[in-house]
Amino acid sequence: MRSKEISFILNGKPVTTTFSEGESLTDLLRNLGMTSVKKGCEAGECGACTVLLDGKSINSCIYLADWVEGHDILTLEGVRAKDGSLHPIQQAFIDEAAIQCGFCTPGLILTGVELCNSGKKYTREELRERISGHLCRCTGYENIINALDKVIGVNS
Amino acid sequence: MYDIQKSFSAHSIAEALDLLSEYPEAVIVAGGTDVMIRLRQRKICNAVLISIREIPELNGIHLREDGSIVIGAGTCFDTIYQDTLINRHIPILAEAANQVGSPQIRHVATIGGNLCNGAVSADSAPSLLALDVNLEFHSKESTWDLPISEFYIGPGKTALHADRELLTSIIIPKQNYENWSSCYLKFGQRNAMEISTLGCAAAVKLEKGKNQLAALHLAFGVAAAKPVRCPRLESSVVGMAADDLLWKKIHTEVLSELNPRDSWRASKELREQLIRTLSVRAVKKAIERAGGKNNEI
Repeated sequence: MRSKEISFILNGKPVTTTFSEGESLTDLLRNLGMTSVKKGCEAGECGACTVLLDGKSINSCIYLADWVEGHDILTLEGVRAKDGSLHPIQQAFIDEAAIQCGFCTPGLILTGVELCNSGKKYTREELRERISGHLCRCTGYENIINALDKVIGVNS
Repeated sequence: MYDIQKSFSAHSIAEALDLLSEYPEAVIVAGGTDVMIRLRQRKICNAVLISIREIPELNGIHLREDGSIVIGAGTCFDTIYQDTLINRHIPILAEAANQVGSPQIRHVATIGGNLCNGAVSADSAPSLLALDVNLEFHSKESTWDLPISEFYIGPGKTALHADRELLTSIIIPKQNYENWSSCYLKFGQRNAMEISTLGCAAAVKLEKGKNQLAALHLAFGVAAAKPVRCPRLESSVVGMAADDLLWKKIHTEVLSELNPRDSWRASKELREQLIRTLSVRAVKKAIERAGGKNNEI
C-alpha cells in the first residue's frame, strides 16, 4: 500500500501529513490525536465517527482519508470557542444530562453544531429525524433531544 | 485499513475515463457509501479506486432550454432533497432522496452511485422508473442516452460497462414531469437507516376533467429480480375513474407482472401483501396530489 501526503484544514488549521492509501478518515484523524472520532460499527450505521466535512456531517469510517485533500474537517476538538468556552450545544448536553457512556456524544454534538450553523429552528420531530444517523444505547434519546431543543428548537 | 492498491481522484470526466482505460479493473467511487461497505466485507480486494467526487460537471441540478431537468450523477441525495427545481417540479425525487440511509449517508451518497450499484432495493430506482428518465453515459469515444427501462438487465446487473463507461447525468424530459403527479412509498422495518423491504412509485396524469386516468406509471423496488414497471396493468387502467373499481383492479392484478421473493428481510407473502397495499396507496396519493376527485380519500 502506497504512502501519500495530504493537506487539508483540520479544526480551522491547515495540516499536511502522510497516510497510507487504504486508511479511512477515522484512522487518519485518530492518528492525528483526534480521539473524539470513535470507532463504533465501522460500517456507516452508528454515527460514532461523525465529523463535519465542509460543514456537513458524514460518517468518517466509510470515507477514505485520500478524499479530504483540500477540504475542511471539523471534529469535536475544534468545537470550543477560541477563549475555551463551550459551544452552546455542548453546554446544553451538560445541562440536560444528555450523556451517559459518552461514546455517541462527539458525533451527536457535531450534528448539533451542523444544525446550529444552518440558522434554522427545528421541531422535536425534525430533530428526531436529523439525529437518526446516530445510535445511542444509553439515554433513550429523550435528553439528547431536550438538549438540542434548548438551542435549536422552535421555541428556543 | 481498507484493502486498496491505489486510489485516484479524477477532476474531469475525461480524466476519469483515461484512468479507467489504464485500469479497467478499477472501481468507480462517487460517495463510496456502498463501495466502502463492499471493501470492508472483502467483496472487493486489492482495489484500484477512481473517485469522481471532485468532478464539478457531475455535480448539481439544472434546467435545460427544452425544459428537461438534468441531475448530475454525482449529486448527493441531500442536495436533491433540498433543491428548489426538484421540489417544485419533481417532488417525488425529493421524497425518495430523503428516505435513503441517514443524514450522514445522504450528505455523501449519490443518485448515480445508487443506480450503478444495480441494487434492487435502491431508493431512487422506482421513482426514476416511474418518471421514465433517460440516463446519459460517457465513454472515451462517445456520449449517449439510454432510457432507464433498459438500464437494469438482471439481479444486480446493469447495462453499464464498468470497465469503460461512466454514468454522467439523469435527464427528466419536460413531458415526463409536467402535468404528472407522483408518490413514492417505502416500507422498512424501522424509520431510518433502513434498506427498503419494498418500494413503490406511482406517477399519474389525469384527463382534463380530473375524473379519469390519462396515464399511470407504476414502478417497484424489491418486487422482482430488478426494479420494474407494470406495463400491462398501466395500459389497462387508462380511462378509468378513481374509484373502487380501479383500486380493486390494481389490488388483484398488480402481482401478475411481479415476482417477489423470500429473503431474510421479508417473506414472499409479506412482500405480496405490501405490493398490493402500497400500490393502491401510492396511486391514490398521486391522484390526490394531481387534484383528482376520489370519494375514498
